[in-house]
Amino acid sequence: MGEAEDGVKPKRVVFVTVGTTCFDALVKVVDSQKVKDELLRRGYTHLLIQMGRGSYLPEKSIGDDGSLAVDYFTFSSSIAEHLRSASLVISHAGSGSIFETLRLGKPLIVVVNEDLMDNHQSELAEELAERKHLYCARPQTLHQTIASMDLESLLPYSPGDATPVAKLINRFLGFPED
Amino acid sequence: MEKNSSCCFSNLSSNLPITCFVTFIAIILVRILYVIWRTCKPLRKRTSQQPLSTLVVLGSGGHTAEMIDLLLVLQKNKFTPRFYIAAATDNMSLQKARVLENSLADSSGVKEISAEFMQIYRSREVGQSYVTSVWTTLVALAHALWLMIKIRPQVVLCNGPGTCIPLCVIAFIFKVVGIRWSSIFYVESIARVKRLSLSGLLLYKLRIADQFFVQWPQLQRKYPRAHYVGCLM
Repeated sequence: MGEAEDGVKPKRVVFVTVGTTCFDALVKVVDSQKVKDELLRRGYTHLLIQMGRGSYLPEKSIGDDGSLAVDYFTFSSSIAEHLRSASLVISHAGSGSIFETLRLGKPLIVVVNEDLMDNHQSELAEELAERKHLYCARPQTLHQTIASMDLESLLPYSPGDATPVAKLINRFLGFPED
Repeated sequence: MEKNSSCCFSNLSSNLPITCFVTFIAIILVRILYVIWRTCKPLRKRTSQQPLSTLVVLGSGGHTAEMIDLLLVLQKNKFTPRFYIAAATDNMSLQKARVLENSLADSSGVKEISAEFMQIYRSREVGQSYVTSVWTTLVALAHALWLMIKIRPQVVLCNGPGTCIPLCVIAFIFKVVGIRWSSIFYVESIARVKRLSLSGLLLYKLRIADQFFVQWPQLQRKYPRAHYVGCLM
């Protein structure tokens, strides 16, 4: 991504989402200087945080002094537009958020919420990271992941298909195949 | 001789309640074993093309999203009327189901929506201790019984939220008692890669689900009676 002629950096938005959950640890760490500096270093200009049911409020910033522009909101009926206009997505490990992002082909860092009881969400994030569809991080290691990530190396995710299940259900119930 | 037979007879009559009770229990057990045996067998080929009344259990978070993905590929005219049940504290799931049904009605030009939307008390909230969950599950069970008696579905579709356990257990009891034979389909969530959810584990081990689907091969290796169907999303 080159710079425009007048020297203004192109807008590159990092969208952070926690879905319908409360994930203050992620919002806090994203709002920390360490992570914001790392994002700036990697060429991002704007940080938009969807904070869900969390209680920690990030500090808004216009970013006119060369720092990262920061904004946040709690919920929206659909985050599709925000995902579409993002250059990087940092998401909690909810399957809905993960697959909505992967289906749009956006680079994704999944951060697992370690405060959840019986943290099964990490299984999905780790499996998809192993298959190189996304990066997986913990709140404390997020800045390292941002520093070392190579988004070109991520593999695109081909959307799943529910028809095998439908076929088996129909066959079980004795409905004719169509 | 006479003394012996009268002795036997008096023994039998005093043991009659016990005998009846034991016989009753034995009948129930045999019936339960029969239901379990019959459960994974496909239904006989349908000569009549009658649609099947379907109960769809929705759950917060990804559960409803995954269920909608499945419903989109099922032929709606075969699975009707549809009854959607979501937990009382879950506001978004029924809304999403209504959107789905409305779009179906729009596309087929039908004014009437053959779907009903209901809420049920939750067995267990996310993060709730397993100890208090015992009581709340009993309350949910009573509420589920009430709803199931009204619906008596022929097909049950669920994918993991705790709300599905009371409903599936009651569907199983209906099979045992002969109120309604239903086919229970369980799709384990895409988020479950190496371990089953608690709901999945219960329905798998107790052999309550007629067909059990998993989305990752690791689970199919661990639970061989499950069908591996790949990722739905």
